[in-house]
Amino acid sequence: MQLELLISQFQNKNESAFEKLYQMYSDSMHGVIFNIVRDHHIAEEVMQDVFIKAWHKSDSYDSSKGRFFTWLLNIARNAAIDKTRSKAFKDSKKNLKAEFFVDILETKDNLDKRTDAIGIAKYVKALGEKCKKIIEFLYFKGYTQKETSEELDIPIGTIKTRNRNCIKDLRAMVVN
Amino acid sequence: MDTKAYIESGILELFVAGQLSEQENKAVQEVLLEHPEVLQEVLEIESAVIKLSAAMSPSDNAHLLQLIKEKLRHDGRDVKVVSIDKPRYNWFTYTGWAAALIVGAGLLWTLNQNKQLEVQISDADIEKAYLETQIEQAKTDLAVKENLLNVLRDRNIISVPLGGQGNFADSYAKVYWNKADNSIYLDGQGLPDAPEGKVWQVWSLTLNPLTPTSLGTIDNFNSDDNKIFEIVNNNESQAFGITLEPEGGSETPTMEQLYTLGVVASTP
Repeated sequence: MQLELLISQFQNKNESAFEKLYQMYSDSMHGVIFNIVRDHHIAEEVMQDVFIKAWHKSDSYDSSKGRFFTWLLNIARNAAIDKTRSKAFKDSKKNLKAEFFVDILETKDNLDKRTDAIGIAKYVKALGEKCKKIIEFLYFKGYTQKETSEELDIPIGTIKTRNRNCIKDLRAMVVN
Repeated sequence: MDTKAYIESGILELFVAGQLSEQENKAVQEVLLEHPEVLQEVLEIESAVIKLSAAMSPSDNAHLLQLIKEKLRHDGRDVKVVSIDKPRYNWFTYTGWAAALIVGAGLLWTLNQNKQLEVQISDADIEKAYLETQIEQAKTDLAVKENLLNVLRDRNIISVPLGGQGNFADSYAKVYWNKADNSIYLDGQGLPDAPEGKVWQVWSLTLNPLTPTSLGTIDNFNSDDNKIFEIVNNNESQAFGITLEPEGGSETPTMEQLYTLGVVASTP
């Protein structure tokens, strides 16, 4: 498995493996972070922190416990959320709670440069409201199933299948 | 295993989201290893989420990679760790052992040093006790001498020099007579040690007629340091004499052995 090899090289502090993983995941992490902090400059700051932390803590990734993407996603979410809790951030920002990833896709200024993003934005609009939120909470905000069910006011037992269906829809849109 | 039902359960989506417990994660991971079609499903879920989130990325971030690499290099130790990891480990090992040896040797040296110091302390204690004794002795000696000096300076004291007689012209002695308390102090510095079997005997004399009265023998003459002896004398002495007599003393002085004789100058 190429990814596994890459990851183990990365864990041995191989710089070029690190670069390849950065290329694979940096856009995704950047999106997740920006979605939380909603500030270009701060998002770039957090990006650096996240990948530096990933480098230093590469030993803590254990492939028997989950996907590398998920491990990285966790670091990014936590770093971004920590940032929003800092006093400086709170002082300078309004309440971000009402904002969703869909807003970014709908209002993005630089969409013209990124055609794949344009395509996705077009389709994501077609996702149901509940789907947008469930994906937002579970993937991009790191809410637990319980928190998500409370936030959306749907039974916790249905989260799993709801999410499954939402991701199915998403896949249909992005995997062409 | 019904992989289809497993896939449809939605557990894989939660797995990718990082919403499962550690145990559940392990269980999923095991299924992935056994069933490629389940792994394929995970890859597709992951890919969809990555594409969606990447579409949310606000800007190109290639320049950030450069910044990150610079920061990692700045941290130094972590970049290129691959090549220097091993020697660093060895270096630490050797240094560790060397440090342990040094500490061990230092400990032994300290223990030895401690033992030596303890011996020195006990030596010093003995020395101190000895010196204290000496000081005590000196103080006592001083007190005795001061006392003596005070006695000799007393205004009631009459000083009587005793000159050498006949064959013993080299001898001399002095008597300090305190009439007030009927005592004399005999300074026998100018007399030789009494030979074996003999003692010095002190006599009080009246001259007209010549009558000697024994004031006693000085049995401890040879061993005395300052050769000054206090002797009781309640006679109206007009002269003092010292003779060498057989041990125990004599009734009357042996005139051939009269060493020194002195006359009291005047009786006021």
